[in-house]
Amino acid sequence: MKVLVPVKRVIDYNVKVRVKADGSGVDLANVKMSMNPFDEIAVEQAIRLKEAGQAEEVIAVSIGVKQNQETLRTALAMGADRAILVVATEDVHTDIEPLAVAKILKAVIDEENPGIVLAGKQAIDNDMNATGQMLAALTGWSQATFVSELSVEGNSAVVTREVDGGLQTIKVTMPTIVTVDLRLNEPRYASLPNIMKAKKKPLDEKSAEDLGVDVTPRLKIESTGEPEARLAGIKVGSVEELVEKLKEVGAV
Amino acid sequence: MAVLLIAEVNGGTLSVDSTAKALTAAKQIGEVTVLCVGSGCTDAAQAAAKLDGVSKVLCAQSDAYGHDLAEPIADLIVSLSSNYTHIVAPSTSASKNILPRVAALLDVMIISEVTAVIDADTFERPIYAGNAIQTVKSSDQIKVATIRTSTFEASNEAGMAEVASIDACADPGLSEWVEDKVAASDRPELTSAGIVVSGGRGVGSEDDFKIIEGLADKLGAAVGASRAAVDSGYAPNDWQVGQTGKVVAPDLYVAVGISGAIQHLAGMKDSKVIVAINKDEEAPIFQVADFGLVADLFDAVPKLTDQIA
Repeated sequence: MKVLVPVKRVIDYNVKVRVKADGSGVDLANVKMSMNPFDEIAVEQAIRLKEAGQAEEVIAVSIGVKQNQETLRTALAMGADRAILVVATEDVHTDIEPLAVAKILKAVIDEENPGIVLAGKQAIDNDMNATGQMLAALTGWSQATFVSELSVEGNSAVVTREVDGGLQTIKVTMPTIVTVDLRLNEPRYASLPNIMKAKKKPLDEKSAEDLGVDVTPRLKIESTGEPEARLAGIKVGSVEELVEKLKEVGAV
Repeated sequence: MAVLLIAEVNGGTLSVDSTAKALTAAKQIGEVTVLCVGSGCTDAAQAAAKLDGVSKVLCAQSDAYGHDLAEPIADLIVSLSSNYTHIVAPSTSASKNILPRVAALLDVMIISEVTAVIDADTFERPIYAGNAIQTVKSSDQIKVATIRTSTFEASNEAGMAEVASIDACADPGLSEWVEDKVAASDRPELTSAGIVVSGGRGVGSEDDFKIIEGLADKLGAAVGASRAAVDSGYAPNDWQVGQTGKVVAPDLYVAVGISGAIQHLAGMKDSKVIVAINKDEEAPIFQVADFGLVADLFDAVPKLTDQIA
């Protein structure tokens, strides 16, 4: 079984986001970029499936700008076997929408025939939480979202999902699309020898046009602004004072 | 404009709070039909019919719909879609699972976590954990959106709309429910609670989280946790407040031992009154707190619990 893992290049989660003054978007020039943290968890899970003998090959795929090569090299250094880069834009500020990403992934699936797709549940830039579900719709496959436990058993997979009230366990028919949540695993760090080895692993490059996918956005971004700032209040000196203040504002 | 609002139904009961809040957003777009889906949802449909501004309620019952499985419910919604310009739902783990699938089946984009309706095509939504707000205009024929409930007031009850039963669609049989593990709790539900008390990494252990729960119970509050506390195993993930957890906006939010990482602030900064208790006076949480107390939480929280009547 092949495992396909889509990985997104996003602003590093430790970087403070700056909204451009002209309202045109978030400043991504000269900002540290990394693999989306949820996607790291997906890569880790894919490698574990291979280590457990349940998968033969782990293929990482990234969609966006040429620089996504770096993100793919990270996945290869963690242990993915090969990588596919689909260039869909030249501008780092252009975010390819989940619907277009899902269409591109569908085209990759048609070529590669994986048995399972492991994806992050959400990208920390657009916070859409949609690509996996959309890909499941386009392939007609089952979907298992927000997954914190996964076991593949022949023609099906049993997954535990993080839902509002607690946990839900479902059984999905393979092939399937799984989107992973935080507690599924702790991703490994790539060792230096593996980083060196990753440079020699195969990385194919294609374009969205090669795959016949139109990436024209459906949502036109009219503007991007700062959220309303919340002003800091006061410091109180004691628990007594805190209780008094809370009573004053009618909060308790 | 004709809006299909997918109600949040859990175990046959309408989640009134989240549905009524999403309804407020839906009414700004057009005439609202509510869809209740479940293995048995006549009670939920009756409850939804009472909400102010609902013109009609559709009730689809089938065993396949009992556990929020995405594939059969998405097919049902798609089968109804030709009558509507908009398909919306309160943003919950169920709708976040189902609606993107619906959108892709209709070849339209999902508009996730809408925080404001500008007009029938234009919406605001947060990106980057709420560090930026994007205004997007959709060019799709049908708009599919999830509504962030914390930014809308709940619609009241008034009147009685017509309830109609509709047929279920064939179950594609791609997935089956095995079990739910839902923690039984007398506490209010996190996303609709009037007061939330949350603990962070500073609490130090699962055992010590009891003092957070003690304060919460005294206040009749829900218990929340930061991602750091969840990652450290001090609290279950369904308590997580933040970008990757739940978004809450209670009247009072008490953050205990929480430093205030951006991703946590994304989940609670719309709360009306924020209290922060932290021994690190430089903690970023104090920048958003109305009342900050620099103190050892193991000293301050039991005291606070005692002093609240």
